[in-house]
Amino acid sequence: MAEIGSASGEIRPRLAPGVRLHFDKTREAWILLGPERVIEMEGPSHEILQRCDGTHTTAQIVDELATLYNADRATIEGDVLALLADLATKRFLVR
Amino acid sequence: MSLSLSTVSVPTVHRPIGLLAELTHRCPLACPYCSNPLTLDNVSRELDTATWSRVFHQAADLGVLQVHLSGGEPGARRDLVDLARAAHDAGLYTNLITSAIGLDNKRLSALRDVGLDHVQLSIQDIEAGQADRIAGYTGGHVRKLAFARQVVELGFALTINAVVHRANIGNVPALVALAADLGAGRLEVAHAQYHGWALQNRSALMPTADQVFQAMDEVERLREQYADRLVIDLVVPDYYASRPKPCMGGWARRSLNVTPTGRVLPCHAAETIPGLEFWSVRDHSLQDIWLRSPAFQAFRGTDWMREPCKSCELREVDFGGCRCQALAIAGDAREADPACSLSPHHAKMHALAEQAQVDPAQLAQPARYNYRGRAPA
Repeated sequence: MAEIGSASGEIRPRLAPGVRLHFDKTREAWILLGPERVIEMEGPSHEILQRCDGTHTTAQIVDELATLYNADRATIEGDVLALLADLATKRFLVR
Repeated sequence: MSLSLSTVSVPTVHRPIGLLAELTHRCPLACPYCSNPLTLDNVSRELDTATWSRVFHQAADLGVLQVHLSGGEPGARRDLVDLARAAHDAGLYTNLITSAIGLDNKRLSALRDVGLDHVQLSIQDIEAGQADRIAGYTGGHVRKLAFARQVVELGFALTINAVVHRANIGNVPALVALAADLGAGRLEVAHAQYHGWALQNRSALMPTADQVFQAMDEVERLREQYADRLVIDLVVPDYYASRPKPCMGGWARRSLNVTPTGRVLPCHAAETIPGLEFWSVRDHSLQDIWLRSPAFQAFRGTDWMREPCKSCELREVDFGGCRCQALAIAGDAREADPACSLSPHHAKMHALAEQAQVDPAQLAQPARYNYRGRAPA
């Protein structure tokens, strides 16, 4: 079975139970919150996380980000896969 | 990626991340290592629902991201669901820290419906006889196991917290297996912290060095084995450490603690330090307390430090360790935490651990505890 963060088109990652994305007005930053965990989302990371809703496939997330930022799809794909793999290892994301 | 707090308005003051809300000191359990103070707050003086709600909103405005609804047993508050709703509505990630006793499936479902994010359940050991003896509460363990399954069934993320000490530290591998079996995503193996009730019971709780290091080795091995389903957090207990922990992530730097009657503390044991002036949410806003109250200013930053901390290159890493432990063992809250090998009191701390140890032959004997809130046996 393909892992989150692989290029397989079939995976639909979503936030793990107990994890949510939060916009903090005091810091003007997107923050990923989990049990005893707080991670500030840098750059466009929150755009990727907002699409980890269990309905978007990884390929769709890449397509949408490439359109949104009008950027090279291959570059975006590398960034998206790296972020998803990292957050899956930390158990913030499940499939 | 880590949280940088570069947007704070006052350069030397960070925004807090966490708020520990001690909703009540009432608890059906009587654990001999309880972190509540020796003199427990009376129910008649507890903050009401509206005041807590105001505190949660002020906390969010101050930058707090996560609130931990704790106690005592938060389930003893009849307005717990309303309190969780208020915390969620304030925009806070809301965590319930509970013993399970007094929380039925109906209230648990209601907590989910108002937006509770996470549940942390304490267990005392792996089997009912010993677990209930440690907690001083018959029938507790069985109810905790049933509660854990309800938590997972309702779709919550579950953390199991187990305080380990001489009587149960040998069961760490079985605790890990139990946590995984219950469906927890995270296990905290916490050593008893020797303040308050635990200090009263230090000689009955202190594990041997062999026990401590064996448990750490076992956890290392189990972390790998359970990597795909369980995060295991465990730290070296201070009495066997050579470097101090950055207690609370630094005094008045990351978190604050509100007691049942509304006093605001930089850490749950701060009231053991004489001469500190604590302000109350009844008289001041949380922001005022965070920025200006004498207790928060007392050990904020590094200006208060003496040697060996003052010139130490790790002073902004560990912030001198724990002030309460410095007071308890070095005799002054401004000294370095004696957990540090550079402290002149470091040897004394090891000696205390050794004194508290028993003959290995006695390890099988049940320890005698001074139970929290009850007359000594």
